[in-house]
Amino acid sequence: MPTTLTVNRRVVEVEAAPDTPLLYVLMNDLELQGPRFGCGLAQCGSCSVLVDGVETRSCVTPLERVAGKSITTLEGLSAWYAQQKKLATAPDLHPLQQAVIDEQAIQCGYCYNGLIVKGAELLSQNAQPTDQQIRTAMNGHLCRCGTYPRMMKAIQRAARTMAGGAA
Amino acid sequence: MSEPTTPGAFPRRDFLKAGGALMVGFAIGVPVAAQQPAAGLPGAPDPNRLDTWVAIHSDNTATIFIGFVELGQGNSTALLQIAAEELDLEMSQVKTERVETGKTPNQGGTVASASISRGGPQIRLAAAEARQALLGLASVRLGVPPERLMVSRGVVSVVGEASTSVTYGALIGDRRFDVTYTGEAPLKDYRSYTVVGTSVPRHDIPAKARGTYVYMHHVRVPGMLHGRIVRPRGQGAYADGLRVVSVDPSSIDGIRGARVVRRRDFIGVVATDEWGAVRAAQQLKVVWDTPASLPATPAALFERMRSSPTIDRVAHDVGDTTAAFPTAAHVVARRYDAPYQAHAPFGPNCAIADVKGESAVVMCSSQNVYLSRTKLADVLQMPEQQITVQYYEGAGAFGHAPYNDAAQAAAVMSQEVAAPVRVQFMRWDEIGWDNYGPAHTSDVKIATDANGKFVAYEYHGWQHTWSQTDTTAQLAAGRPPTESATEGTRAQLVSTFNAGDMHVLPNWRIVNHRVPGMKGFLKGQSLRSPLDIAISFGSEQVVDELAYLANMDPYLFRRQNINGDRWLAVLTAVAEAAKWAPRRAGANVSSARVVTGRGIALGTHLASYGAAVAEIEVDTQTGVIVAKRMYGAIEAGQIVNPGIVESQITGMLIQAASRVLKEEVTFSPTGVTSVDWVSYPILRFAEAPEVTAVIVRRQDQPSTGAGEEAVAAGAAAIANAFFDATGVRLQEFPMTPARVLAALKKEGRA
Ligand code: FES
Ligand code: FES
Repeated sequence: MPTTLTVNRRVVEVEAAPDTPLLYVLMNDLELQGPRFGCGLAQCGSCSVLVDGVETRSCVTPLERVAGKSITTLEGLSAWYAQQKKLATAPDLHPLQQAVIDEQAIQCGYCYNGLIVKGAELLSQNAQPTDQQIRTAMNGHLCRCGTYPRMMKAIQRAARTMAGGAA
Repeated sequence: MSEPTTPGAFPRRDFLKAGGALMVGFAIGVPVAAQQPAAGLPGAPDPNRLDTWVAIHSDNTATIFIGFVELGQGNSTALLQIAAEELDLEMSQVKTERVETGKTPNQGGTVASASISRGGPQIRLAAAEARQALLGLASVRLGVPPERLMVSRGVVSVVGEASTSVTYGALIGDRRFDVTYTGEAPLKDYRSYTVVGTSVPRHDIPAKARGTYVYMHHVRVPGMLHGRIVRPRGQGAYADGLRVVSVDPSSIDGIRGARVVRRRDFIGVVATDEWGAVRAAQQLKVVWDTPASLPATPAALFERMRSSPTIDRVAHDVGDTTAAFPTAAHVVARRYDAPYQAHAPFGPNCAIADVKGESAVVMCSSQNVYLSRTKLADVLQMPEQQITVQYYEGAGAFGHAPYNDAAQAAAVMSQEVAAPVRVQFMRWDEIGWDNYGPAHTSDVKIATDANGKFVAYEYHGWQHTWSQTDTTAQLAAGRPPTESATEGTRAQLVSTFNAGDMHVLPNWRIVNHRVPGMKGFLKGQSLRSPLDIAISFGSEQVVDELAYLANMDPYLFRRQNINGDRWLAVLTAVAEAAKWAPRRAGANVSSARVVTGRGIALGTHLASYGAAVAEIEVDTQTGVIVAKRMYGAIEAGQIVNPGIVESQITGMLIQAASRVLKEEVTFSPTGVTSVDWVSYPILRFAEAPEVTAVIVRRQDQPSTGAGEEAVAAGAAAIANAFFDATGVRLQEFPMTPARVLAALKKEGRA
């Protein structure tokens, strides 16, 4: 029995076993590149996606649990943002993605799926987070390359961009 | 959905686009410049031909063939800057190619921050030589001597007659130079540089932020099976290997499409879908013979290293330390212990292999594709020329993570099942079967005269031999653990540069005590700043103690003993950045529950200069140390891209805090017990200090690598800050709450 879910605003039917972690479905069946394997243990945030707008660890989320739900991955973040902000057209990138580029925050970048998805969730709930709020919100997302200080700056920059009304 | 993009052009790619992921075919097409094999290395492009290094295209762009892989630190952008500078091209006109055996030159491994220091000059000379060849062609075409020509953006024109011009592309586009790479072309004066020395944005970052960058983990090939290795969670002693007592294939009967792959003591599973492979690997019943031969505790590890027979080598012996110590006013002698630490890349290693009867293609995140190929040839029992190894970036690993193990595991499984196999290490495979950064124990003894001037320095370091045999080779091919053939590379060694070079030392002795044989120890290999962090943690704390005994500020004390301008420059730069106000360390120790302190330290790896300041907070009731602010300064000769180096310093300071405060491979006699992010914790977002990165520029000096020094300096600065805060010293790291509380208690501070 296929499972129906919405991924990046597209309705898809997936044949995988219902206990398959969503991560493997996104990577292999839907061939997305945002969510990626890091630990499979809900410890690192590498696999994070938004499920109905809430950051979720897809590596420990069985497919059956997201049936009928709306999933947003890194690839769909700017469209999700445009919908939230009621913009007529989606910007090329979510402001946080742009800020990450502007700050040259990334090193290897493998953790940046999770950092960007989590940061975008934070900014959707709190348009002007303080340093402390950023640290608390982001604390479940690891970065082996030690880019935390630059990601902090990127979130602050994105908050400024979003407040300025620009994309 | 957007199209997959990676930097550079990959003409042999066979895209089967679906969604956004990448399908790569194994068909190997014609490279941009057909390259010739070298005499010595099977299939390696001849380094003495210019076409091996540079190709100019009709559209007036260039491909630079680089033998160094992008490890996520920006080195490929920096190397392209060097090429663009020397060729008088803009950054938009240069690109590079995927690193692959037989295609890209063999520049050795991407190790020890060598990309820019070792690879930079090769690329620079090749680009200069290409420019010279192009000027020669332009001179003939335009009928003027080369001295009257100038180049801008790849357009050669006659000085004073801008309209008389020809492009590089028109001169040679997509044809071969067919000239010898002499390495003797004249180079630009560094003072005229316009690209080198500027913060060009990294070419890989936009795709990484967008989610379109192709990591190893994204590659899929047609007909591929998903594989997982099956081993106990956490390796035992390296020399023991691992023996299978029994396997019960029926234990995975219920998993559709899954089966066991076994060769000798190597066990894996393959399945048609990834979740099937994951489940099969977890469910498969295997009985292992796991000897209990590791030390029982970390403390026992250090005792084992010290009590084992060692091969002792005096690395340095200047003056007479034995005679000098008794004459000194102050002598401090301490022992320090440093744990095994894991590479623990954020994404565990992944590899794909397609082994056919006569040939094999292996994709992996190797730092050295040529060496990986040699090792694969042994495991597969196949001639090297028949194996192609392609590099795909993985997560940042900062050294010799088990990428060869993953590549060999995929290759063995593919050979067994006669289909392409993708092996993704699970988190516990990666941390539990890593080649750990070396454990180290040391005796450090330093003395000063009554004026606080160093009179003698003696360092004794113990470390055991590194591993050369990967676990899959050990298990599947029965290869015994071997030591490197040359004494100097059998283990990471203490050298004059990382132990003592920063000070003026009239009497100076360094002795390495190498424990051979690898019996009862873990598998080890280089991890960012191998040994340096342990050396600085010890040496810089003894220096601090001597400053205290001399009743001096630790910064001023280091200044008065500093060895040369380059060390002085980084020390001064970091002190200025931190607004260091001189006072004796420990002067503000109080009985408050939360106390603060600051520390300063020097550190290095092989050739560059590092200094750091740390400001910390210690909760004397919980034992928790928080690094609040860190400053790091580096001098690494010519800086190609300051933005990238600043990013590196930031990362190094965060890793310094992580490694000195939290990271430690734990084990029981039968095996490693730190196998995930809970049992092997690293620094988290909320624990990250604010950082300030300072670059001391020496554009007139050769580049010496900027990826390691601030780790050693930063870790030692935290150790010194702990003393400043508490008046107590820790002689072992990581400085965990348990160790902090024990030390405070011993000194009556808690
Ligand atoms: S992969 Fe899901 S949290 Fe690590
Ligand atoms: S940038 Fe490498 S893990 Fe975060």
